[in-house]
Amino acid sequence: MQFFLEVLIGGLLSGVMYSLVALGFVLIFKASGVFNFAQGAMVFFAALSLVGCMEKGAPLWLAFILAFGIMTLLGIATEKFVLRKMVNQPPISLFMATIGLAFFIEGLAPLLWGNAVRRLDIGLVDEPIPWILEHWNMVISKFDLVAAGLALALVAVLALFFQYTRVGRALRAVADDHQAALSIGIPLQHIWALVWAVAGFVALVAGMLWGARNGVQFALTFTALKALPVLILGGFTSVPGAIVGGLIIGGTEKLAEIYIPPVMSGIFGGNFGGIEGWFPYVMALLFLLVRPEGLFGEKHIDRV
Amino acid sequence: MIYRETGQFKTSYAADQQIFPIRQDRIGIAILLAFAFVVVPLTAGNYWFNAILIPFLIFSLAALGLNILTGYAGQLSLGSAAFMAVGAYAAYNFQVRIEGMPVLLSFILAGLTAAGVGILFGLPSLRIKGFYLAVATLAAQFFIVWCLTKFPYLSNYSASGVISVPNVEILGYTFDTPQSRYLLVLSIVSLMALLAKNMVRSSTGRAWMAVRDMDVAAEVIGIRLMRTKLLAFAISSFYCGVAGALYAFCYLGSVEPDGFSLDLSFKILFMIIVGGVGSILGSFLGAAFILLVPIFLDIVLPWLSELLHLPVDSATVSHMQLMVFGELIMFFLIVEPHGLARLWQIGKEKLRLWPFPH
Amino acid sequence: MARKIGEVILDLRHISLSFGGVKALTDISFDVREHEIRAIIGPNGAGKSSMLNVINGVYRPQQGEIIFQGEHRKDMDTHAAAAAGIARTFQNIALFKGMTVLDNLMTGRNLKMRCNFLQHALWWGPAQREELEHRRKVEEIIDFLEIEHIRKTPVGRLPYGLQKRVELGRALAAEPKMLLLDEPMAGMNVEEKQDMCRFILDVNDQFGTTIVLIEHDMGVVMDISDRVVVLDYGRKIADGTPDEVKNDPEVIAAYLGTQH
Ligand SMILES: Nc1ncnc2c1ncn2[C@@H]1O[C@H](COP(=O)(O)OP(=O)(O)O)[C@@H](O)[C@H]1O
Ligand SMILES: [Mg+2]
Repeated sequence: MQFFLEVLIGGLLSGVMYSLVALGFVLIFKASGVFNFAQGAMVFFAALSLVGCMEKGAPLWLAFILAFGIMTLLGIATEKFVLRKMVNQPPISLFMATIGLAFFIEGLAPLLWGNAVRRLDIGLVDEPIPWILEHWNMVISKFDLVAAGLALALVAVLALFFQYTRVGRALRAVADDHQAALSIGIPLQHIWALVWAVAGFVALVAGMLWGARNGVQFALTFTALKALPVLILGGFTSVPGAIVGGLIIGGTEKLAEIYIPPVMSGIFGGNFGGIEGWFPYVMALLFLLVRPEGLFGEKHIDRV
Repeated sequence: MIYRETGQFKTSYAADQQIFPIRQDRIGIAILLAFAFVVVPLTAGNYWFNAILIPFLIFSLAALGLNILTGYAGQLSLGSAAFMAVGAYAAYNFQVRIEGMPVLLSFILAGLTAAGVGILFGLPSLRIKGFYLAVATLAAQFFIVWCLTKFPYLSNYSASGVISVPNVEILGYTFDTPQSRYLLVLSIVSLMALLAKNMVRSSTGRAWMAVRDMDVAAEVIGIRLMRTKLLAFAISSFYCGVAGALYAFCYLGSVEPDGFSLDLSFKILFMIIVGGVGSILGSFLGAAFILLVPIFLDIVLPWLSELLHLPVDSATVSHMQLMVFGELIMFFLIVEPHGLARLWQIGKEKLRLWPFPH
Repeated sequence: MARKIGEVILDLRHISLSFGGVKALTDISFDVREHEIRAIIGPNGAGKSSMLNVINGVYRPQQGEIIFQGEHRKDMDTHAAAAAGIARTFQNIALFKGMTVLDNLMTGRNLKMRCNFLQHALWWGPAQREELEHRRKVEEIIDFLEIEHIRKTPVGRLPYGLQKRVELGRALAAEPKMLLLDEPMAGMNVEEKQDMCRFILDVNDQFGTTIVLIEHDMGVVMDISDRVVVLDYGRKIADGTPDEVKNDPEVIAAYLGTQH
């Protein structure tokens, strides 16, 4: 039981990180209807920019600000050179364009900042929390807990930002109806650039946390692949969906990784590790078969 | 003057419905086929066969498969490489497990196996659309490759899932020269391209396009969405499966599951974006283009680096490649969403009206 | 040929439909007779389109009964409706944008085509023969609608009025018994409207097709329809000949805007 809880909590904590990346997708999708496949590449790019600036001698806080500046520029450039030119195209074409964007960024980042795997020190260590180890006999990583806390805080801040600021309200208006937003004089293009900058910020935080944990390397782009099943589960437009979906995926994924392979080995012989690559997808799919509208979506009948 | 349809009045609907209604197109295709079947085998060297022509044909077939699903039926898939893997491994298993299995039959069975798996992973398309479906096809990508790595039976208990396929032998003739394998692949791909063209110009293809363009209206006409989508998944996977079998048997000779990665799936997707979504010809043009880009860069970048006295190592080249691919995709989607096939068509129309611009 | 209006072919009884909390249709009953032109009118959001969607199975009502050609059903199924000979056009044109006019019309005959995909792949033989046979039929419709010059044009490139006409053609290609037209003349200029009117009357006249028509232009409705149903806020407020309906106080109230 203790072990089960330990795995579950570890899973939930990494689930929060998935939520964070998923949130980057949701932000852009809500505001501009673009499913940004490049979100993972942005995480990679942001983390590389951060260590790159630190290597040049900047302290963490300054490097963070610089990296944010770089991500903002990237967002503006994306809006100006890609999205703006594709306004009248179907969403699926935009999606494919962001796959191209992902490739572009994945090539550009190491060209700018170098190719080596880098360590990133943000003053947090990945060690069990002694108090929990003592009292509950469970290994819960301090790093994971703090990282999850940070991620949650960021999600909360963004939710408040959307709800209560002028810009946030404009964003929501845009998300609800582009035409209407235009007609009441909300400058769409500024809003889109802004939302890409915010998504860049989210990517930066995610890149910093994941990079500090696992090293800053190409594998950071795979964070997007972790976040996609969260999106199917939670829906592309729902912030609570991203959070709850992340928790569900994180928790079940780690549990499945621990408990399913031994069972399969018992039946087939051999080693069946590494199911976390597909398990979240299959689970999200099975869930959709039961509830196509997703966790928080409403049942929708096409209007004709 | 060369390219004119003036004076070619179609006297019957039958004439109008020919696969290539314009006479110049028919002649062009005949010349192209003669060239591919006769001139190329006589003149090309091994490098051309092994490094360019054979992979080009095989990827054209895979792209054609994806184009049926995505370009015609409108269901975006990010898992084509996985269906190639199914085809490769299925053909291998039919070959090594069944004594005296004819190679061509095992290719067909491989295609059918891939089709079956395709239907399975196409089932979600009945409930979900668009991005959701695209993401769902990633499940196929990851799950299939994982299965091939983890179930030793599927690779006949070889280490880490690597399979080495036997030589292709048909009716006592062994296809052991690059030239002979080229001809085999060319024949299969030409035949399958013809079958695909026939499907897309008849009511099967119209049903796919109807579902792609406006599914509610298609349903109201009496097209069964489920059957139409699953058929597209099945046939698309069949094509990808045969491409996978050829990839193993006529190109690489030995493959491993990780070779059929998400990156390969993306590459095939790029082929149809660049070549032309919803175009048979485009599948070929796109495959050629995407295969030639790295070769081109390999030649140009060292040359450029010498010119500018900048050192360029292989990692840099591969990063540049990523950037170029990414840019190409965005460029085509922005400038010509219908790809090279459309440019070709526009060129033809220009030629037809020449020398009068309108 | 003088039109003869026949027996009841479609009978809708106590149909109610809601989306979540929104009641689109409340307890609506009316019937349609063979060969007649039956109009459905009412202000925006009255539930007219929903009514058509119920008739051919795009929407499933929560309550009520649909009797088409003597067959009782709780709700329709799109495929069954198409198979029974119901075709339609949509308020917001729902053509297959990437296909040519010819292909759109050919698609309209999908249900009548019997060959399977293997025969299509092989082409020569049955598939080709079938294709030709249906092509002939489609060409008749192309002639009828006077759209010969655009048969090879992708419909996405056509102007709005022509698209509406092509959509009618696609519905006609199925040789339907009953045709459901959702605002076929909306957004057209006078000339285009006249053309469309003529086509509708000709279809009704020459092929005997029963027509259920939603239209806002009162002049047109009064001119061409045999009987009219009036909906308002999802309820039926009147039903009868154009003259009867025109003088119904409730209809006048609805149209002169005592609400909205
Ligand atoms: N698919 C749908 N989902 C939700 N509400 C719908 C849908 N279709 C129609 N409605 C609602 O039903 C009511 C009637 O709509 P409709 O039938 O389109 O009216 P009309 O065609 O008379 O203008 C409206 O309130 C509309 O918002
Ligand atoms: Mg309506």
